[in-house]
Amino acid sequence: MNPTEFILTIEDLTVSFDGFKAVDNLNLYIENNELRVVIGPNGAGKTTLLDLICGKTKATSGSIKFKNTELTRLAEHQIVRTGVGRKFQTPSIYENLTVYQNLEVSYPEGRSVLGSLFFNTTHAVQARVHSIAEEIFLIEQLNLQAALLSHGQKQWLEIGMLLMQDPELLMLDEPVAGMSAKERDLTADLLNRICKNRSVLVIEHDMEFVKKIAHKVTVLHQGKILAEGSMEKIQSNETVIDVYLGH
Amino acid sequence: MNALSEKLLGGKQGAIHLAILAVLLLVILPLCLDLFRLGLVGKYVTYAFVAISLVLLWGNGGVLSLGQGMFFGLGGYCMAMFLKLEASDPISTKIQTTPGIPDFMDWNQIVALPWFWEPFKSLPLTLLLVLGVPVLLAFIIGMAMFTRRVGGVYFSIITQAIALILSILIVGQQGYTGGVNGITDLKTLSGWDIRTDSAKYWLYFVNASLLILCIMLSRFILTSKFGMLLLAMRDKEERVRFSGYDVASFKIFIFCVAAMISAVGGAMFTLQIGFMSPSFVGIVPSIEMVIFAAVGGRMSLIGAVYGTLLVNFGKTMFSETYPELWLFLMGGLFIAVVMFFPEGLAGLYEKYAPYFSITSLHTRWLKKVQKVSGESQ
Repeated sequence: MNPTEFILTIEDLTVSFDGFKAVDNLNLYIENNELRVVIGPNGAGKTTLLDLICGKTKATSGSIKFKNTELTRLAEHQIVRTGVGRKFQTPSIYENLTVYQNLEVSYPEGRSVLGSLFFNTTHAVQARVHSIAEEIFLIEQLNLQAALLSHGQKQWLEIGMLLMQDPELLMLDEPVAGMSAKERDLTADLLNRICKNRSVLVIEHDMEFVKKIAHKVTVLHQGKILAEGSMEKIQSNETVIDVYLGH
Repeated sequence: MNALSEKLLGGKQGAIHLAILAVLLLVILPLCLDLFRLGLVGKYVTYAFVAISLVLLWGNGGVLSLGQGMFFGLGGYCMAMFLKLEASDPISTKIQTTPGIPDFMDWNQIVALPWFWEPFKSLPLTLLLVLGVPVLLAFIIGMAMFTRRVGGVYFSIITQAIALILSILIVGQQGYTGGVNGITDLKTLSGWDIRTDSAKYWLYFVNASLLILCIMLSRFILTSKFGMLLLAMRDKEERVRFSGYDVASFKIFIFCVAAMISAVGGAMFTLQIGFMSPSFVGIVPSIEMVIFAAVGGRMSLIGAVYGTLLVNFGKTMFSETYPELWLFLMGGLFIAVVMFFPEGLAGLYEKYAPYFSITSLHTRWLKKVQKVSGESQ
């Protein structure tokens, strides 16, 4: 296949920490507008994979190409500017700012020192904050201090902060951790909505949730890909059942 | 324009607080105090520059520098070098072995003016260097620390160490810097005698006005998106980085701004007090300035100014009567601030001021009247 059809092309990616290979010779291809879920047991290298893509961890060898830009050599903020957004496992928001400010500060303009000093909150910015807040179910809480949100709402807020940047690749590390059943359903709807015009890469343990959202599932085990395919195919895969899903 | 003035003044509330401070510094204190006491206030106000620089850097940016004294000192030394050269003209120094150079150089057998003193013959160049030298040092330290992601306690300790190194360097290089005595016997600024009463008044007003200007500059920074990013970085630096911001460049910038504001204070100190010495560069003054900011409120520009004034008044009064007790009191004060009112005086004000505001007094009075009239019926 022609590599330019993929938004993200990971080839021969390896990272080793003192000889331990957390990600081992990994190949992963993500298409435009695809919602991919990565599952796997603890220590499989899922979070490390996201760290590598967004530049938090530097790869030992291999290549990560995003729309034909090599990411492995870029600094974190440059990777973000190419269009990659990443949500962390524990909700990481600015607790001392309001929901509105959290979203506003994530708006992808005024990103340089001088730019931010002379940045003006235009109507376009306000409109965008409101539309995103609506999307992440926080329109009522706009003026609330973010520290006062529930755990699930914090997760949504962080997704919203990423949506403000309108990334072409959105990476979410366990987005429904600590959410109630109802919040999980809402989040599944949200993800299904937002993957319409971008690719989404999700790490998740909750198989019910994965079923609701995944276009395609990748199973990681000991830094390698164990299986890849549709949810049904993965669930009936004998090795996957052995190492992860259980009988 | 409207938006700009709002940003500089910090809204209606901010404008009122700034106006009160300005009236206090520019009208009330000069009318109430004799020149000696006013001179003391002028000295405290120069420390207030450092305190507001710490509000930017520490309170809002979460970067605690324990070496702000070095920027204050460098600003002060740059000013002092100019004044010293002017005071060392060949006629008044004709008894020296080498006339025309500062007296302490002559005592140290130096026979020619060192190269780095040359620029301080010119006033415009000096004014440039007063701001430029501290900013350059801050830029170098910032580049070295922030791009390597040194932060938190490590940054504090390293800035403290650099302040110590700088003060030792100044003391050690007596022939070039005046050593432990500092640079003394300053007389005129471009022929204007700074020791006269009228000059002292003038300098006091220039000093206080510069402080108001620096507060406005800081307000502008804090109310911009930059200010919001500072708070965001203090909360979750990683999130800011992974939102596409180069965190290091923001920290370097605010560190340089803080250095510049401190340097203005240092230069005004030299002009008003008439000397500069290494005792304003090292660890002790740097930590004292942190206490001023903490007592006043590390989140509040205006609060930091009041904190500086109050702690220094306390220091002057106390050390006149019980000099040996002052250090313990200062330490106790710092512990009390950290434990009981972490937002400082400004925090206390924000908490209790609404209770004493005119509107709230009025509603309480109305309630009381209603209650009384209800009972009488």
